[in-house]
Amino acid sequence: MTESQYYQKLKSIVSPYLPEDVSVDQIQADSHFIRELNINSANLVDIVLDVEDEFDIVLENEDMEAMQTVRDAMAIIERKRSV
Amino acid sequence: MERAEIINRLPYGEPFNFVEGLDKVDADGAEGFYTFKPGSEVFRGHFKDRAVIPGVLLTECCAQIGLVCLGIFLSGESGERKIAFALSSSEMEFLLPVFPGERVRVRSEKEYFRFGKLKCKVRMWNEKDQLVCRGILAGMQVKNNNG
Repeated sequence: MTESQYYQKLKSIVSPYLPEDVSVDQIQADSHFIRELNINSANLVDIVLDVEDEFDIVLENEDMEAMQTVRDAMAIIERKRSV
Repeated sequence: MERAEIINRLPYGEPFNFVEGLDKVDADGAEGFYTFKPGSEVFRGHFKDRAVIPGVLLTECCAQIGLVCLGIFLSGESGERKIAFALSSSEMEFLLPVFPGERVRVRSEKEYFRFGKLKCKVRMWNEKDQLVCRGILAGMQVKNNNG
């Protein structure tokens, strides 16, 4: 899977959890889930669970903590999938 | 963890404690009961001419028994102490009214407990075993520095 494919998939996972005042276009590689996309910690857990299902990986607490931005998430997904 | 220990760890006090007893708590869910005391101040205004337990209190009762008691049990299983839960979402349906003096039974079924978020299905029955409300509640584990 190419980086842009990861990005597109991740974008579609994240978009249903965006608050009303944040548009899909605001999801950029450097976007911080909590600070910039205004996603709360409860919804971030659901995003992580959807990521697990979509990419068929299992994430640990430290992955969750490291997943601050969209780019972080892509890196973690890529690393997990290559194991 | 013993059921009495779970009740002991609940952070609620009167008049906002909606757990009277627990019948069962395991890794998959919790079951308990509560009697809405007649004469509570709250019901005087809901409604002015006829007391009915407000839906928010039915939700609270479901959350305290179904979500928080289960959360305390699950946190205890992983060796954590001093844990509280903050309600993060609720989606409830109310099917029948509950009146002061009625005893209700709540049962929850865990959907998942991951990364500090506990999500469960909850159901509440009245004494006639009729389903009075059901829904999905989720809460986030918070570190409690006062406990």
